[in-house]
Amino acid sequence: MTLRIYAIAYMIFLYAPVLLLPVFAFNDSPVIAFPLKGFTWGWFNDLAGIGALHDAVKNSLWIACMSAIIATGLGICAARAATRFEFPAKRGIMGLIMIPLVLPEIIVAVSLLVVLVQILNLPLSNWTIIAAHVLICMPFSIAILNGAFSNLDNSLEEAALDLGESRFAAFRLVTLPLVMPGIISSLLISFTISLDEFIIAFFLSGSEPTMPVYIWGLLRFPQRLPAVMALGTILVILSIVLLVIAEYFRRRGLKRAGLKDTGGFL
Amino acid sequence: MTALISLTGINKYYGDYHALRDVDLEIAEGEFFSLLGPSGCGKTTLLRTIAGFEDVTDGVVLIDGADMAGVAANLRPTNMVFQSYAIFPHLTVAQNVGFGLRKSGMSRSDKAQAVQDALEMVGLGGFGARAAHALSGGQRQRVALARALILKPKVLLLDEPLSALDKKLREQMQTELRRLQRQVGITFILVTHDQEEALIMSDRVAVMFEGRIAQLADPQTLYRRPLTRQVGDFIGVMNFLPAQFKPVGDLITADIAGLGQAELASEQCPAGPVTGGGAVGIRPEILSILFQGETTSQRETVGQVIERAYYGDMTYYDVRLDDVDAPVTISMKNLIDRPVLERDDRARVSWDPRALVGFSD
Repeated sequence: MTLRIYAIAYMIFLYAPVLLLPVFAFNDSPVIAFPLKGFTWGWFNDLAGIGALHDAVKNSLWIACMSAIIATGLGICAARAATRFEFPAKRGIMGLIMIPLVLPEIIVAVSLLVVLVQILNLPLSNWTIIAAHVLICMPFSIAILNGAFSNLDNSLEEAALDLGESRFAAFRLVTLPLVMPGIISSLLISFTISLDEFIIAFFLSGSEPTMPVYIWGLLRFPQRLPAVMALGTILVILSIVLLVIAEYFRRRGLKRAGLKDTGGFL
Repeated sequence: MTALISLTGINKYYGDYHALRDVDLEIAEGEFFSLLGPSGCGKTTLLRTIAGFEDVTDGVVLIDGADMAGVAANLRPTNMVFQSYAIFPHLTVAQNVGFGLRKSGMSRSDKAQAVQDALEMVGLGGFGARAAHALSGGQRQRVALARALILKPKVLLLDEPLSALDKKLREQMQTELRRLQRQVGITFILVTHDQEEALIMSDRVAVMFEGRIAQLADPQTLYRRPLTRQVGDFIGVMNFLPAQFKPVGDLITADIAGLGQAELASEQCPAGPVTGGGAVGIRPEILSILFQGETTSQRETVGQVIERAYYGDMTYYDVRLDDVDAPVTISMKNLIDRPVLERDDRARVSWDPRALVGFSD
């Protein structure tokens, strides 16, 4: 009984702030406070009028797409190498790739800034953010794809080879369709991570801010706060939709391969 | 007999590990050939060498006269049935079976017909549209067979294809595989650790230990005249009794613990004449227990039953022959008027000296 109460309290503590987002996004008052004044779509209309926000959103979408594609591409290579081949220091290398998962993001951001600007002397741009986002997306991508690849029987590709297909065709015809749900899942999760990442983007963005960086900038203007709530509402819904799609594909992949579910993100 | 597959001086190393040692082997066209041995003996490695999944460190692999060095698995005239069957789970049964026809240049309807024929050959006529992951173990095995045979390979390689099936189904598939092999006339090479399976199915068997072929023979020779104690011990059950050998003319006289003196013909020492100390091997069915009043024209000795196992059709006795430490196993058919002895009963044992095999170790 106490455990149940604890669990419910935990859930409220975790999600109540998120639930407040839509509440104030539709509240007809520029002040974020109870009691609520009335219902309005006004804050969403405001959003449509801010040109700089649109640029920031476009930027973020571009960065998130590129980060997801690159991280997943690299993840496919790493997961295949980790599950199919034996090589020296394999565990060490795989561990190293997973480290960004536990490194404080601010440390990563500062050190990347130092490396990019002081040592490599590169200008800050969307590409510097993409490079950094690939770094933090990789652990998630590899964790998902490792699961997809390790479910595969090694002799499947050999069987395709044995039946006359080239190595590449064997990969394309057999392995790829079987790990495709994992790939989609990895793309979606990397996309979501990159889209709402703030610290690294804040340090590494050049003249064009990403959406989270822009939102942070808005906070200096209290009258804009309800519009931020409206934007936050849209983002939460988008994130949930993407995660649900990712999980759907992960489960479908397992079912297709006739495997037991061993847990996932949802 | 023309050799379809010819292996000469095959050696294979994995780092320091010597997986195949000086393997020479010729396999004829249309032969049902088995590679038999305990796990880790190199039999699967040898099969994968023929399939093209493993390179040899040293040696020549010829298939139908063509050197296979540098020829990848997809270009070799071999097809394989994998131990896990490796059925593509995202395809239907028909798509699985037709997978190898993708590059054949056949028309759609020809392909569909070929798939249909292949499925019927393995007794899965109406299964084409089923999802592959919904099949039972025995059905997967049949799909794997149809998928490999549809390409009409020169050689079909089977890697422990029956080990995942339960006993009844395994026995049924053994007969069926044999029938299928006669029907298609393709050379089958079977890898198995099950000596009974190898004896039942094969024209010839290569017994392997530690990367080497210990004996290459037809099943009857293998069972009756094993070259070494190790082979005799691995194939079925064999009793070994210490013996002293002495050549006398063409024959070899053996002084055998528990049995006494016997003369062995030269073919009873398959590895060559034995002199001095060694052992005599004798199969459980060659020894028989004489029940009350029974007499024999064969030789006779006595011992004591120390254990018995009743199998329904047979009873297996462990009998300690007088003056011998280790017991021998004796199998007796359970006839209607034949009693079953109990532990500690005294037993008269008859044996036929013509069935003894002499070993130098």
